[in-house]
Amino acid sequence: MSISGTEIKKGTGEIPLLEFQDVTKIYGQGLAEMKALRGVNLSVSEGEFVAVMGPSGSGKSTCMNILGCLDTPTSGEYLFRGSLVGGLSRDERALLRRHYLGFIFQGYNLLGRTSALENVGLPLLYRRIPAQQRRAHSMEALRIVGLEGLEKHTPAELSGGQQQRVAIARAIVTRPSLLLADEPTGNLDTERSREIMDLLASFNRDLHITIVMVTHEPDMAAYARRIIHFKDGLVASDNTNGGGA
Amino acid sequence: MYLQTLFIALSEIRRNAMRSFLTVLGIIIGVSAVIIMSTIGQGATAKVTADIAKLGSNMLSIRPGQMRGPGGASSEARPLEMADVESIEREIANLEAVAPTSTKGVTVVYGNTNWSTSVIGTTNQYLSVRDWTLAEGRAFSEGEMRAGKMVCIIGETVRKELFGGQSPVGEKIRIGRQSCRVAGVLGAKGLSSFGSDQDDTILIPLEAFQRKIGGNRDIGRIYLSVNEGASTEKAQEDISRLLRERRRIRPNEGDDFSVFDMKEVSDTMTGTTEVLTTLLSAVAAVSLLVGGIGIMNIMLVSVTERTREIGIRLAIGAREYEVLLQFLVEAVVLSTLGGITGIILGVSCSFGLTKLLNVPYVLDPLMIVIAFIFAFAIGVLFGFFPARKAARLNPIDALRHE
Repeated sequence: MSISGTEIKKGTGEIPLLEFQDVTKIYGQGLAEMKALRGVNLSVSEGEFVAVMGPSGSGKSTCMNILGCLDTPTSGEYLFRGSLVGGLSRDERALLRRHYLGFIFQGYNLLGRTSALENVGLPLLYRRIPAQQRRAHSMEALRIVGLEGLEKHTPAELSGGQQQRVAIARAIVTRPSLLLADEPTGNLDTERSREIMDLLASFNRDLHITIVMVTHEPDMAAYARRIIHFKDGLVASDNTNGGGA
Repeated sequence: MYLQTLFIALSEIRRNAMRSFLTVLGIIIGVSAVIIMSTIGQGATAKVTADIAKLGSNMLSIRPGQMRGPGGASSEARPLEMADVESIEREIANLEAVAPTSTKGVTVVYGNTNWSTSVIGTTNQYLSVRDWTLAEGRAFSEGEMRAGKMVCIIGETVRKELFGGQSPVGEKIRIGRQSCRVAGVLGAKGLSSFGSDQDDTILIPLEAFQRKIGGNRDIGRIYLSVNEGASTEKAQEDISRLLRERRRIRPNEGDDFSVFDMKEVSDTMTGTTEVLTTLLSAVAAVSLLVGGIGIMNIMLVSVTERTREIGIRLAIGAREYEVLLQFLVEAVVLSTLGGITGIILGVSCSFGLTKLLNVPYVLDPLMIVIAFIFAFAIGVLFGFFPARKAARLNPIDALRHE
């Protein structure tokens, strides 16, 4: 896939999928200046399942936004499959999101008054997938998340857990290289949360989708194989999690 | 690509049926209001203009006495006489026709129907000065005028009241105590601009009027028309001078007669309709503005509400211009839809209203184009620019928008 000269290589295993080199992010100016990230070095390989933890204001959300190409670092480099993201334009970053990334948000962020099927098909629409295939892929994604038969329902007609499943289906319908989840279980009860986490773990295991997930619940972080702790804009600890899912 | 954007835009319109409807409604109201207002305004202007033309704008009239408010002529003024008419005919240049008249209210009877109307004693010249046509029959003959024979030409209202469907020519009617043969029927003119029925009249030779009905040789009023292109002001001045001389009015005394120039009246009335048209245009402009503000509000509110949607689309990988194109297409589709519906509604409503108000139906294509373009521009502008602002946000800020 070429995005205006920036060649993004197929994963080889040698080059990490994501790499942060001394990334800083500063919001505001002068006295109001707030350093969200103070030089983060980080690397995530293809196929990993990483949980990012830390108190609020520790920089974990900022880190996620930069990883998701929704925001740009103030300094330092972000490499996606060895390619610099820093030099990309807004539109190029949009294309990178379109073709390589999937997002799950705490607040689901589904289009209201729109059926589950149409919500899931949205990324495919921007990928110019023909209607028939779009429908087939969306139905398959909904089946995977266990929402068969609810494809005609709008978000208002679905429970929180079901809405998050629609959002997950939307995120994986394009088979992204990287799935970014920002507190995906933040609005759900324990049982629903476990179901969602089981789904994510299965994507990582069966579909080989790399997952980076922000959470503040140790129970949920336990599903990941690697847990990174943020504190004051820096990586405080980076441990391999023995347990897994 | 464009097809796909069109598809997204159309599904958004359908998805938000209520909001789309309200936007379209704003445009419909704006466009149709302007069309209705301007059509009625122009119809009224056309009607007044036609009325003035019927009145004859090259016409002057002379009456004894000065107008003193609504009281009419002062009674002491000496009446006009036939010698004045002859002198005017002789001395004043550029006159097309001069018609002396005397009027009296009478009751006319035919069989067992009767009708109150006014009878005018005059000459055939009256027909040309007042622009009358004959619907049936003939004008007075020279002999009838000279001899003062009791023949008459009746107006359409009188014909209808007395004769109904029957042809009156050759029939005898009674005017007061006098028997009178109907020679002709005047073509219908309808109401005058002042609201009086111009067809409610009977003409008889002046000589007959003076002898059988008026009982004196006075002339109540002289109507004159000047030649095409000649100045009515000049004729008015010449007539005043002549009459002052004839009536021996000293230089320091005021006129004891009045000369009306219909052109002054028609100028006043044209001025009035111009004011009317301006007023209606102002009302139309206000309705367009109100419609525009309605569109603007809905568009602004919906974009605020849709900033999150824009954020979602951006996060999923939509490029800025794809989002913008979607909003632009939505705005264009809605504005066009509203504009066309507004035109259809405006044109049909104004057609009905002009029929109801009995004014001519004058459709101004320019007004339609202006109304459409204005509503379209507001719809597109306010659909597009707030969306552009939202699409330029960082996706993450757009997503967090509440």
